[in-house]
Formats: sequence, C-alpha cells, structure tokens
Amino acid sequence: MNIIATSSARPVARALTVEEKHEIDHEMTLYPDKKAVGLEALKIVQKHQGWVSDESLMAVAEYLGMSAHELDGVATFFNLIFRRPVGRNVILFCDSVSCWIMGCDGIKDHISKRLGIDYGQTTADGEYTLLPVPCLGDCDRAPVMLMDGEQHRNLTPEKIDQIFSQRAKNK
Amino acid sequence: MAKITVDGIVYEVNPQNNLLQECLSHGLDLPYFCWHPCMGSVGACRQCAVKQYRNADDKTGVVVMSCMTPASDGAIISIADAQAVKMRSNVIESLMISHPHDCPVCEEGGECHLQDMTQMSGHNYRRYDFKKVTHRNQNLGPFINHEMNRCIACYRCVRYYDDYAGGKDLAALGSHHHVYFGRHEEGTLENEFSGNLVEVCPTGVFTDKTFSEHYTRKWDLQTAPSVCTGCGAGCNTTPGERYGTLRRIVNRYHHDLNGYFLCDRGRFGYGYNSSDRRITEASLVSTHDDEKGVRKSLTTQEAQRQFDAMTAGDVVGIGSPRTSLENNLALRARVGVKNFYAGFSAEQQRCVQAVIAINREQGLHCPDIRTLEQADCVLVVNEDITNTSPRFALALRQAVRNRASQLATDARIPLWQDAAVRELAQNELSPLFILSPQGTRLDDVATDTFLGTTAQQIALLAAVANIIDASVGNAATDTHGEEGARRIASALITARHPCIVSGISAGSEALIHATANVARALRKYSVQSDAIDVCFAMPESNTMGLALLMEEGGGTLDDALQRLARGEADAAIVLENDLTLRTTPEAIDAALSRTPAVVVIDQLHNEFNARAQLLLPSTSFAEQNGTLVNYEGRAQSSHQVFQADAALRPGYEWLTPVDPLSLVLTTSETILYHSAQTLSVLSGAEKLLPPRTGIQALMKSPRQSHRYSGRTAMNANLNVHEKKQPADRESAMSFSMEGLPLQKDASLLSAAWAPAWNSNQAISKFQDEINGELKQGCKGVHLLQRTLEPHVAARVSSSADNSVVYFIDHIFGSEELSAASPAITARSVGAYLCVGEADAQRLGLQQHGRAEISSGAHTAQLPVLIRQRIAPGAIGIYCGGEINRHAFANGVSISAVAEDSNVLVRSRQMFSELVISDSQQGRG
Repeated sequence: MNIIATSSARPVARALTVEEKHEIDHEMTLYPDKKAVGLEALKIVQKHQGWVSDESLMAVAEYLGMSAHELDGVATFFNLIFRRPVGRNVILFCDSVSCWIMGCDGIKDHISKRLGIDYGQTTADGEYTLLPVPCLGDCDRAPVMLMDGEQHRNLTPEKIDQIFSQRAKNK
Repeated sequence: MAKITVDGIVYEVNPQNNLLQECLSHGLDLPYFCWHPCMGSVGACRQCAVKQYRNADDKTGVVVMSCMTPASDGAIISIADAQAVKMRSNVIESLMISHPHDCPVCEEGGECHLQDMTQMSGHNYRRYDFKKVTHRNQNLGPFINHEMNRCIACYRCVRYYDDYAGGKDLAALGSHHHVYFGRHEEGTLENEFSGNLVEVCPTGVFTDKTFSEHYTRKWDLQTAPSVCTGCGAGCNTTPGERYGTLRRIVNRYHHDLNGYFLCDRGRFGYGYNSSDRRITEASLVSTHDDEKGVRKSLTTQEAQRQFDAMTAGDVVGIGSPRTSLENNLALRARVGVKNFYAGFSAEQQRCVQAVIAINREQGLHCPDIRTLEQADCVLVVNEDITNTSPRFALALRQAVRNRASQLATDARIPLWQDAAVRELAQNELSPLFILSPQGTRLDDVATDTFLGTTAQQIALLAAVANIIDASVGNAATDTHGEEGARRIASALITARHPCIVSGISAGSEALIHATANVARALRKYSVQSDAIDVCFAMPESNTMGLALLMEEGGGTLDDALQRLARGEADAAIVLENDLTLRTTPEAIDAALSRTPAVVVIDQLHNEFNARAQLLLPSTSFAEQNGTLVNYEGRAQSSHQVFQADAALRPGYEWLTPVDPLSLVLTTSETILYHSAQTLSVLSGAEKLLPPRTGIQALMKSPRQSHRYSGRTAMNANLNVHEKKQPADRESAMSFSMEGLPLQKDASLLSAAWAPAWNSNQAISKFQDEINGELKQGCKGVHLLQRTLEPHVAARVSSSADNSVVYFIDHIFGSEELSAASPAITARSVGAYLCVGEADAQRLGLQQHGRAEISSGAHTAQLPVLIRQRIAPGAIGIYCGGEINRHAFANGVSISAVAEDSNVLVRSRQMFSELVISDSQQGRG
C-alpha cells in the first residue's frame, strides 16, 4: 500500500475555523503539553471537514507548534484519521477472524456489488466509503459493520439490502 | 566492576551498561539493529535476543533482549543457546520479509549492516512467497537518496535525525507493515547533519547521493585517514578514491572530537576536488610583446624553472590558514622568516592571537567536542556555530539533554534506556543561553536567545561577569539587560560543568576578552575541576596552526601588502589563498600594481589567482599528506588518499628547491620532523609520525582493502600492461592492497573492517570498549600548553565595537573550497542583506526586494530578507562569494532599489531554499 501521494503543487496551511480552534483550545487545557493534543486536534478537524487534508494538517501543526512531518506521523499512524477524502458515510467492515468464520467475505462481496466499490474506495456520488477494520468488539454477533456510529450485527445479504434501501428512502 | 558469564566464560563488565554493549565491548558477535552506541536502546528490533539464567542451577532460562537488560553483577547469559539462536534467526527472517533482493544494485551492498547481521543470524533462505510491501520514494534533496523498499523499520533514522540531531522534517509515517520513514511531503532534508543518516541506516534506505553519481563498492575504494578541511573543528574523515577521483567522504571515529557523526559540509563538500574550477596545469602570463597578457600552459619542469627564476630576488611569501603546516613551513623556509607573512586578515590575526593567549591561560580549559556534550549549562556568544563549526552545534544538542540524564540518574533509570529517559524528561533541558545578532538554528533548544549587536553582547557579558564575581567584571555596566544577565549568571554559577562557546567570526577582540572574562569570573565557583571550559571556533582547517607558526616570526598580511605596494619586493608567492577574502580590493590593487611577479599556488581558479603571472596547481587535502591544527591547538595528521595527476604537486614540493647533490628527499614527514625539532611552538609534533619500528617486516599498511578488485584491468583501455602501483615515499602507507592490514591496531585506520563486520559498525572492533578510545589510535598532539598564569579579567569597554553590520555565515557556501562542490552549491544561496521589520520600514525596504549598500567607493545591490528575529538596528550581510566583506566592514549606507516583479520572484525563490530559524522564540 502506498501511503505517500506526491504532488507537484505544494499545499499551504489553511485557516482553522472558529469552532475548530475553540474545540482544540479546550483540549489544550486538559494536557500539560501542546503536542499531546495532536491526535484530538486531528479528530476535531476530521469531525468538521470529513477528512484531514494536507492544508488542514499544516494548519493544526502550526497551531500546536509542531512540524507537519511530526504531526503526519501521528495522523498516519491511526487508520481512522483519514488523510484522503472519504464519503459522507464510512462503512467500517470487520474482516477479522470471528467475522471471517461467520462468512463476512460473502457479505463484503454483496456490499461491493451493491455499491460498486471495493475496500478503500468511495462511491461516485460521494455517499459511501468502504474500509476494513480488524475488530469491532462484537464477535458473538458476527459478522458486524459500523456505519455512522451505528453497529450493524448478524449481517446477511438481506439485512444489507434492507439497510441500504432504508437509507436511500430516508434521503 | 561487575562480572557476568557469557556461554561459560566470565567477563568483567561495567554494570551501568546493558548486556549488548558489554558483549560487543568484549568483542563478541551479537547481532543488533535499533541499538546504536550513541543513541542507546529502545528494544524495537528484537534482534539481540540472548538466553538469561537466574543462577547456576537454572538450566531453562528465559530469552531476553540483551540491549534492554542491564549487565548486572552475576548475570549468566548465553548467546549460543539453541533457543536464542532460533529466535534471532526467526526475527531476521520476519524483518527481511519485504526486503528486496537488490543487493547487487544496492549501494549499501558490501558495507551493509543488514547483510552482516543476516549472515550472522543464519537466515539464508526466503520462505515467504507472498507479495512484498512496496513504497514510493521521495526526492530528499542533493545529498541523500531514498529507497524505502529496503527498510526493515528499525527506527534508527528518526531516532538519529529527530531525537539526536534535532531535525523536524523526517517522521515515521503509517504503522504496522506499511510504516514509512520520510517527509510529509517530498523535499530537501533541512537538518545540517542529514548525511549521517547514510551511516546510521543499517541498510540502503538512505544513501549518499553524491557518491551515487560515481559509485564504487567500499572494498574497491582506496582510503586513508584524513582530517576534514571544512572548518577548524578537526573532525576525522575517511575519503575514498577510485580511478583517480575522490568518490566520497565518510566519518572516521575520533573519541574526543567527531565521534560517529559529521556535518553535511564535511561529508558532501568534497566535490570541488574534481570540479571544473580545479587548476589542472601550471600556466604563465606571457610578457612577450606579440602575445602579451596571454596565459600559456607550462610543463612541470618549465614551471619549476620559471618559478625559481621569478623568485630569485626579494620575495614576499604569504601563507594560508586553509592548508597544512607543512606547506606553510615550506614557504617559510623558502622565503625566510622575515619575508613570511600570515595569510589571514589583520583583524582575524588579532582575534586568533587573543584566543591562543586564552587557550594558554591556567584556570581555563579548551574543551574537546565530547566534553562540550557533557556540559550542563552552555553560553554561546555571538558565533553562529551551526554555520561556522557545525559539529559543535550537534554536540550542544546533546549537552542540553544532560538535564534528562540527571533526572534519569535520580530516578535510577539507566541512561541507555533511551525511550524511558526521554519520556521521563519530556521537555526539560539543561540551560543553553545564546547571544547573537540574529535567530540561530539552536534557538529551539535554547533557554533564551538574546538578540544584540556586538556592543550589546559585550555589555551583557560584562554584566554577567560582574554578577558572578564583582572583582572581575567591569564595575560600571548599564542596567540594560540586567535581568537577562542575572539569569545567565545564576545558571552558570549553579552548573556543575558550565561551558562557554564562541568564535572569531565577529572579528572583535573586545568580544573575545569579554567572553573570557565570564569564564575567569566563574573560576571561583568551579566545582568539578579547577578549570572553566571556554572555547572559540576557528573558521578554517588550519587557522590555529598558521597563527601558532606566526609566533615564530613573520609579519601580518597588511605588512606584506604595504611592503609590496611600496615596491619593495621583486616577487610575491601566495600559497593557497584567495586574498580577496582577506582584505579590501584597494589593498590588493595597490600591492599587485607594484609587484613585478606574482606566483600563486592553489587548487581552484578564483578571482585573485586569475591575476597571477605564474599559477601553479596544487594537490588537495586528499592528494597530499599534511598536518592541520584544530581550534584546541590539536595537531592531527591528514594522510594522502591517492596520487593526483602528475601536473599537480603539493605546495611543499613546489616550494622546496631540489638539491641535485642531496640524496635526502624532502617529504611532508621530514618537514614536520625538522620543524618540530627547531620551532618551539611545534615541539612534540613529531609524535604524529607513525612509529616506523612498529611496521613489521618493513611492510607498509595498505590503503586498499584485501578485496580491492580490478587492479590489473583498470587501465586496460589505455595499456594492456598493468601499471606499476605508485610508490609512497612519504608515509607508512602504501598505494596497494599488499601489506599488513590493520586488524586491532587503529593507528592508521581508515575504513574499519573486521571479519563478519563489513559495515562501519566494525569500528567497535577497534575501540577498547564501546564509545571508548581507539586501540593504539593517535588522537593528535596538543601544541598549546597551559603555561600562562591565571589572568585577572582584561578591561573591555562596551563601546569597543559598535558596528551594526554583522556578517552572516552559512554552512553551505561560506567555506571557500566546499562551496565549489556541486552538491553544496545546490544548497547555497547568493549574497543577501537582512534587517528587522522596523529597520526595513525606516529604510523603505521591501521583503525580497533589493537594497543598494555602499561604503566609500564600493556599492552592491543585494536582495533583502526581513527577519523576525534580529537585533534592532543590526544589519546582516551574507557575502556568498559575491561581494568583498572587507569593503563593507566599516559600516554601510543603505537605500532601497525600485523593483520589478521578476526580481522579486527570483529572490523569493532563492530565500525559499534558505534554511533558517526565524520564528522560534526559545524553547517551548
């Protein structure tokens, strides 16, 4: 997997929004060292922007008095800090051992077919991104996936169809 | 001392160390990756596993990481235990899973720690047949190649670059199987010590890009022990040659000085040796009427004849601080003491003399670089050491960590527990105070940086000395900066091992005295020893050597030029010296206009030697033997690496008249030996010469490795007969692979090699213990003795030096020779002017616009850099080899120049490449 995307145009730090700054400032009061806020600040930015662009990364680094390189070390360490754009809904699909035993591969194929995306991809309408995760801590109800903060358990192809049709209807 | 048992054999060990370090100290082979002698242990790679037993009855034992286990008294371990052996071979197999099979095309091959360790661990068959993880590489600038696919994720690179060298732009990115060591975006590695990555990386992820352009395997390089000519620190290096050109420079361990690390100027600044600016043949400006002024090339014999004829009368000889003692001594012998003149500017000579007096004073001590690392409170006065004597700056980055060492000792954490010690200390650092006209690259670890002009710094130093010891300081000081002075003084007083570092870049004698006064005042509080550490960086490789030589007689450069200008000499011989760097254009013009014959011996073409009638090509540091004296007054031998083209000769060979009747050849060794007997400043220098009696069976030590290949074929394109190897009539080394290679004796060690240890890590086999002295190594000879009585403080008036103009140095570009190396040129910027925001407004200057500076008849237009961190009122000028510093030294008047946008864009581009620290205000 390549994690470094090279581009010729050099990004520059954007301005953090008032809300972002406000929330980061609050985190700073909880730690003795500004750098310790790095991860929380990235989560805050991701909450507001959906993902952490180079411009956002540089802005946070500047705000915390770190180098962008150092902060990117933190950002890329965590799978769930997104350094590339993701869809409005991120599907975290467990492919770990319990779910695998319970046939998650078939479910994943079903999702892929329905949405037309594989792991790491986003639907053309920018609605869904599909990502594998190692475990969601719900092995007794495998296979499971997490979407929009909601855990979906004992997945079957029918259940998947139901979830996505429901969401399409609600829109 | 404690005792441990390794595989049934009892060893005496230091219980402060870990098992890995002690095993290596005792010459045992135990594989490792993440541990480094200078960086301690983190237990990341799991490669150094051994079996440890609780007691003699314990037959089962447990596998432990030797780097993470203290060598406590009574420990019983086994390296050979089958389980430990199996564990190590499994570890290396997993580390190697994604490692490419590219050794034949990898530049690390043949000196690769990973190759050595793989062999040592017994992994020789790849069972993993899945797809390997691959990465995209980054362009890291002109110095370093990046090949991430070879990475085994030992984390040494970031531990060195970020933790040890203070770099900010290299990070461990990603996690688990796709961890990536690089920059967050492609670009030049900014740290001034990035080159050490090449040696720190155990495999070929980071390799030397300059070497890559004319690559040769380590075993095919001809090497010799050498001394860096990049500044006056005297770091030890190993240059390597193949096919008659210099291919690279790597570090050569010196216990007291550079240890394991060099700066990037020293490592990558060798390219000038084969640059097109190199003088490759002797030439003479014709005086015949029909071809007047035409420069014609001469053969060596013609040149020597011409030289002798031109310099038969009254001759003025001007020496050089950037060439060896031997060359200067030969010039001195040729022209006679009364015609021998120093080759540095008058102010520089006065400054060095002041420093020498301080270095001789009892109660003061000039620290070596290792001692600098041990200081627990440092005051840096004016000198921008990152740019003038860079290795000092790397040492001071370790000094500030002594607070962490203290905390760890109090908490009973062993100092080699690197991660634990850092975690414990967090941001706590030992005090480091910097006085400087502008922000420096060490500001991020400084307690405080006081921005001030030279005069303001002198006043602050006087106040500090006064607070420390009222009987020493000047009684009357202004109250300006009183608070700062108090903080500096109290930090210095309470330190166990305070240290003061400065230099002579400011050219101010008053500043040197004011600096020494602080050290003198501190004597009263000295707890550890009876001497206070104070040192002054020297700008050139032999500034100190030439200054010492001048104590034996001779005049200043000004004397020489005045004598020439009065027409009182028939000829001048200028040895390896570009006088435009030493004095004003007027002084040179006046001298040259009245001198019938000017002979210059030099390596590179420059503005000055273009005006010489006779120009003689000289060999570079790698092509001759020589002795250089560093800032401490430590004389060290730099050995010839290879024989240059026949047209090039060392200065001493051009200068020493050949006596056809004498059978005794004049060599660098005879010059040094003879001078050491006759000149008192050089007494003892003969100890530098390797003992001939130790050379067994009259066998010389080979410069080429026992695996050196291709000797019979390397000139086959010219002649099928193998050329005779050049004979070395000068030294104890031969230009050959024959002879007695050095195994344990490091007296002439160039490229360390030991059986099973092909990489630079083999150095541990030559140390008496890890990080210890080299076995039978020569550390140089100290020429300065503490003979002068302790001084009372010299009187310094704070108005002694009130110039607001200061000259900026850059690691890449300020040193004359290295600046002509392509890789260094790629990192250099042109001349510029820098001012603070308020002054820019007052003068109407625009960021990246242009300013015209003028002083007397001299004017220059320079791009403007407006800096945040600069002393109010101060004006910095970087000459960049474009303008003459001496023409503008006595103050300048400045006016803005109307701009077009093209110029602005060009300057902006130039400044974007400049690595300076301008926003950090102290630490935290």
